Amino acid sequence: MREVQVRDVAEAVEKLFIDASINLPEAVLERLERAVGEEESPAGKEVLRELLTNARVAREDRIPVCQDTGLAVVFLEIGQDVHFTGGPLRDAVAEGVRKAYRNGYLRKSCCDPFSRKNTGDNTPPIIHMSLVEGEKVRIVAMPKGGGSENYSEVRMLTPSQGVEGIRAFVLDMVRKGGPNPCPPLTVGVGIGGNFETAALLSKEALMVPSGERSPDPPVADLERTILGEINGLGIGPGGYGGTVTALDVHVKVLPCHIASLPVAVNIQCHAHRIKGVTL
Amino acid sequence: MEIKRISTPLDEGTISGLAAGDKVLLSGRIYTARDTAHKRFVEALLGGGSLPIDIEGQVIYYCGPTPPAPGRVIGAAGPTTSSRMDPCTPTLLGLGLKGMIGKGKRSEAVKQALIRHRAVYFGATGGAGALLSKSVRAYQVVAYEDLGAEAVAELLVEEFPLFVINDIFGNDLYEMGLNRYSAG
Repeated sequence: MREVQVRDVAEAVEKLFIDASINLPEAVLERLERAVGEEESPAGKEVLRELLTNARVAREDRIPVCQDTGLAVVFLEIGQDVHFTGGPLRDAVAEGVRKAYRNGYLRKSCCDPFSRKNTGDNTPPIIHMSLVEGEKVRIVAMPKGGGSENYSEVRMLTPSQGVEGIRAFVLDMVRKGGPNPCPPLTVGVGIGGNFETAALLSKEALMVPSGERSPDPPVADLERTILGEINGLGIGPGGYGGTVTALDVHVKVLPCHIASLPVAVNIQCHAHRIKGVTL
Repeated sequence: MEIKRISTPLDEGTISGLAAGDKVLLSGRIYTARDTAHKRFVEALLGGGSLPIDIEGQVIYYCGPTPPAPGRVIGAAGPTTSSRMDPCTPTLLGLGLKGMIGKGKRSEAVKQALIRHRAVYFGATGGAGALLSKSVRAYQVVAYEDLGAEAVAELLVEEFPLFVINDIFGNDLYEMGLNRYSAG
């Protein structure tokens, strides 16, 4: 049994959200750089260059890459031999988020769904916890923008719709979003499980580093196929037309009910902000 | 890529010289307003009142910036999705608004109103909030201060980088792009 102070969790959460909002992951930057060479449209190339300059300016001046610093999504992988001390874990995560958005000059984008009144400190965060082996705590922070989340969806397909149906659904969502969710996109696809696990899988798919393929060969093939089809849509960087509409597609799969084929598509903008740490 | 330098307020000569696909550097004063500010604009007009700002010849930027760190003019200041403002836009164009900056597609009603009222819709690169903030020289809240990041503010911008999306001739850069690069 290992004791972990919840204030260490709060401190880590604060650092991760500030870091994620300001510094794009290296894998995303490398992918954007490669995209400049791949893109055929002059306007699309111009947008990609702007995005790379934007990332540099953000890093040098310590400004968020995008003004939509998102809702605070936190994944906690907790070793089952960990014992948290010093207060409720959820409160500590919220405190970390509160401090990050205040001390990092991040935008508070969380409001009441009816009155639209801002909660003022970007809490409550959205926390996904899972228990794993061992005595470590893995924390991943994903500030998730509204513009791309708005083009995400869960659809309960029928088993007979199969892989064709899955591909058509993903393409339909990307086409529907067009320029709005800030392409070039990263697309997370969750297949199987049930209604809610499909959605969660699609978000977990976004945590896979850019360029990394599924370890399951048929799923890796599906990722490549869908990526190719998305990039044939012609939407392009910024939606100004072009051949790089998505930077990557990640698919995660779980077994499902014999009567169902749940599929979720979680759209991420080019500012694919994510940072993690292990305590 | 050819670049057109323009400034606000936008006059007829400037507007008629802009076509979808043009890269533009905009300088001068512009106003931020997004979801809730637009809702209040319409409520004010429906109540027989007037807008808190004079929009004649002006440009509205759909933007809610991050708070500035000490010593800075503004935080990250990129565009938000414009389509959410579509229901209010034809009314504002009728009152003399000449330009809007945002990201994403506009409704057919907005595109028709742009032709009718001779106004332009510009795209700023979504998610390039840090880069765009470098072109902002001054930021001052002028209405609805209670809305925080959503308040209406006057921005002084210098060479703000934009693309013309919808012009007065009925062209749409998004459609032109799709037609040119769609494989199917």
